[in-house]
Amino acid sequence: MWEYTDKVRDHFLNPRNVGEIEKPDGVGEVGSMACGDALKLMFTVDENERIADVKFQTFGCASAIASSSALTEMIMGKTVGEAEKITNDDIAAYLGGLPKEKMHCSVMGKDALKKAILHYRGLEEPDIDGDVVCECFGVTDKAIEASVRDNKLQYVEEVTNYIKAGGGCGQCHDAIREIVERVYKKAEAAPEPKKKMTNIEKIKLIEETLEREIKPALEKDGGSIELVDVDGAAVYVKLIGTCATCAASELTLKNYVEEKLREFVSPDLVVEEVRQ
Amino acid sequence: MKTIYLDNNATTRVAPEVVEKMVPYFSEYYGNPSSMHTFGGMVGKQIMEAREKVAELINADPGEIIFTSCGTESDSTAIHAAIQSNPKKRHIITTRVEHPAVKNLCEHLAKTGYRVSWVPVDREGRLDTDYLSQRMTEDTAIVSIMWANNETGVMFPVEEIARMAAEKGIAFHTDAVQAVGKVPVDVKKTDINMLALSGHKFHGPKGVGVLYVKKGTKFAPFLIGGHQEKGRRGGTENVASIIGIGKAAELAGKDLAGGEMDRVRALRDRLEAEILEKIPNTLLNGSRENRLPNTLSVSFEYVEGESILLMLDQLGVCASSGSACTSGTLEPSHVLRALGVPFTAAHGSIRFSLSTYTTPEEIETLAAELPPLIRKLRDMSPFWKKEASCSTQ
Repeated sequence: MWEYTDKVRDHFLNPRNVGEIEKPDGVGEVGSMACGDALKLMFTVDENERIADVKFQTFGCASAIASSSALTEMIMGKTVGEAEKITNDDIAAYLGGLPKEKMHCSVMGKDALKKAILHYRGLEEPDIDGDVVCECFGVTDKAIEASVRDNKLQYVEEVTNYIKAGGGCGQCHDAIREIVERVYKKAEAAPEPKKKMTNIEKIKLIEETLEREIKPALEKDGGSIELVDVDGAAVYVKLIGTCATCAASELTLKNYVEEKLREFVSPDLVVEEVRQ
Repeated sequence: MKTIYLDNNATTRVAPEVVEKMVPYFSEYYGNPSSMHTFGGMVGKQIMEAREKVAELINADPGEIIFTSCGTESDSTAIHAAIQSNPKKRHIITTRVEHPAVKNLCEHLAKTGYRVSWVPVDREGRLDTDYLSQRMTEDTAIVSIMWANNETGVMFPVEEIARMAAEKGIAFHTDAVQAVGKVPVDVKKTDINMLALSGHKFHGPKGVGVLYVKKGTKFAPFLIGGHQEKGRRGGTENVASIIGIGKAAELAGKDLAGGEMDRVRALRDRLEAEILEKIPNTLLNGSRENRLPNTLSVSFEYVEGESILLMLDQLGVCASSGSACTSGTLEPSHVLRALGVPFTAAHGSIRFSLSTYTTPEEIETLAAELPPLIRKLRDMSPFWKKEASCSTQ
């Protein structure tokens, strides 16, 4: 028997905001019947972009239903921008914690919310392509990598708890273990072999790092970044969208972009902004 | 709140008569049955009596009964005995729907170089006996087929399969943990070489099992140690539990002879009929005919098993599910998947298993409480379309 908190039990037995909204401003659907759980989240916003109404429908276990119900309570009355910042850990914490094997229920909540907000903004979901590693649950290497990084996962078991990968036949456990190792090895030993890079190699690696590590984070805040030029150790970039007008752009560049590029490309890089 | 216990395939209530019989062997009669003195010897006599009672329940000779610690140990002992006594044979036949006690052992042996044939079942859970007979070869060390399935209650024609195996000189073992006490088992007239059973599945205590080994069957002990069980299972006897399983076997024999299981069957059938009639989009898992009298496995489409169980728990009803969330893995039970139950239904599977302690009132209460409970969960489910319910009602 699972150890559920009183709050989980309460949200399961008396779920808040169950149902459908006839004309929602944002809808996010994740999961499937085959996977064993699914969530459809709908909301409307008022003129100030505050979530005015929210409803959910969930197929799944008690913690999936409780996570969905908790999420609706958490985002009601918040602005879309505020709601967007909610993480799966926030959902679990709101419920007083979830059994670790059930963390994927909170991840499902976060994913549905993300989808609903993208839908509200009229944006397409960025393709998480890559190669399918876990055939049972259709999880790709990219998705596993991202989850390992975001949630600092160390073991196959944890990856399974968070995104289900490896929870079926178990044949992909070695592959998942390799991905986990790769993520941490990359973080540790990345600068080593980069010494003898040609200019073209360096530019390619910078572009790859921007795409993989930096752009997704900036895009969350409605901004982006573009590589303009590379001259020796100097990397010239242009900030786009909200980033361009953001007062904290200097900090973003130095603390985030430069740090990532130093980590993944070369430790001597210096990032300079090119203004329009 | 009164508990309505409908999870008897998981474990059963220990009969009060059994408890009563056991208690003195925890306290005043603590002697070692192997001792030479009267104080211990008296305990040894009680164990002999228990052995006779268990033998009687399955119509074996007392000398063919080995006491073990559980059903799993009995299964493991049987399979290891067969492969050790036939060191040149490297092939095992079993089914896709075995209990983990056999399934996981065979998967383990497959990794150590044994070839394992997994006999499939059809949509109703019936065994493909043609597939099975074709796989029996000179290299086959053992055929291990469960008597009755713990999840669906479907029974296999083990007597017929045992004969097929005997004709080819292959050892036959059956995990009869779910069958013994619920249906008549008579090993004397069959070719079954080894049979595993467990005390706590028929109102005996936990922590005691039995392995029946037919006279003349090649055997090798699994636990090697003292001379207990005639050297076939080392280790000081679990005295109180062995005496308890003896009493439970005696009671089970009486219940079977007295038609108690027919009463259980009638209750199960009533529950089944009520559920299928009152709740649309509900499927029965497993064959209706060849089934244990106490087991009912149903799938409620569009809802998930753990949610159903937790809501039932609020009502004091104990049942179990083959859904992913309850199995501790992320996939629904291997048994339901082997049957080809679609994922849409496998996640919403619930097993009710009755016992002679189940009352008609309990079944009535459940039959009344279940439909609104399933409706509540379906109303929450994004897959539940109102029209789906209309079309099948």
